[in-house]
Amino acid sequence: MSDVIAVSIWRGRGEGRYVDYEVPRLDSQTVLDVVTYVQRHLDPTLSYRFACRVGVCGSCAMTVNGRPRWTCRTHVEKVVADGRVEIGPLANLPVVKDLATDMTRFFEKWQQAKGAFTPSKTRHDKVAHIMPASPARVEVDKAIECINCGVCYAACDSVRWNPDYLGPAALNRAWTLVNDERDAGNKARLAAVAAAGGCHSCHTHQSCEQHCPQAINPTASIAGLKQRTLGAYWSGALT
Amino acid sequence: MSGLNQRLHTAGHRRDLFWVAAIVHRVSGILLACFLPIHFLVLGLAIERTAALDGFLKWTELPAVKIAEAGLVFLLAVHLLGGIRVLLIENLTWRPSQKRLATAAIGTAGVVALLFFLRAL
Repeated sequence: MSDVIAVSIWRGRGEGRYVDYEVPRLDSQTVLDVVTYVQRHLDPTLSYRFACRVGVCGSCAMTVNGRPRWTCRTHVEKVVADGRVEIGPLANLPVVKDLATDMTRFFEKWQQAKGAFTPSKTRHDKVAHIMPASPARVEVDKAIECINCGVCYAACDSVRWNPDYLGPAALNRAWTLVNDERDAGNKARLAAVAAAGGCHSCHTHQSCEQHCPQAINPTASIAGLKQRTLGAYWSGALT
Repeated sequence: MSGLNQRLHTAGHRRDLFWVAAIVHRVSGILLACFLPIHFLVLGLAIERTAALDGFLKWTELPAVKIAEAGLVFLLAVHLLGGIRVLLIENLTWRPSQKRLATAAIGTAGVVALLFFLRAL
């Protein structure tokens, strides 16, 4: 095994190119470690984004050897192919510079999907009792640990083919709120996710499920929204 | 997407079985739609011109047409099974055995097409 890793990193914006670097191979080295080494020792002009380094903040996602991944929790050993690693920005998002993407549209879609909690009570009311084993809460638990990293959004060909599609993360968030017994915004939320570019634009490729670093299954959440919106339509709650 | 060269950054997910199953479903649907005009043309011949229909049906004895028919049966079977797969995924409780479902759909369609081909020989 070689002592160095051949690394290709995207430089520039949409019209940029991959630039080759050589990085010393270390034990337990993550892809984020590799990018950080390049910036600190080889080229300080390299731009990338990270914060926590422990898989919580969701800011360091990049494309590694053709697949979107959270780089702080991806060991180089697991992704290196023939001694090489290619690191690019997340797909389906505009590139600000090098490995940093503009997440504006990604988060706008969360708002578009009514991904904000709508309270049904005030602070003067009693705290709601949610049983952990209740079917609705079980559904929420399956989907709630999203860290907003954008990996599912970058892996989704439905987003690639239809830029207006809300995407797996926003719809997964909407699904958690649809199942939140305390929330009062479901009428507007179901209308939002049933509209053009909503849950019915998902083609069930399941790439989001395959790539989610948190092992969430957004396709299942979207399937839940499809069923719920259809039920609302038949019952007349959704026109 | 602001000029982002998508080709350079993505491709890996297109090797996943789920993605392949979805694309096989979609492409088979497009190809079947392309076949429909021929299907209606032959039906029209059956109604209006018997001699022309008989002449056309002689073509079906050609080996190339038999192979094409087997391909058509494959497309029909894989599209039907792919559609059932999506309906199961989207309407029943989610099961972790999705990959087996996708593989079974494509595999069964292949077997059906092969049986049809062997029977036609």
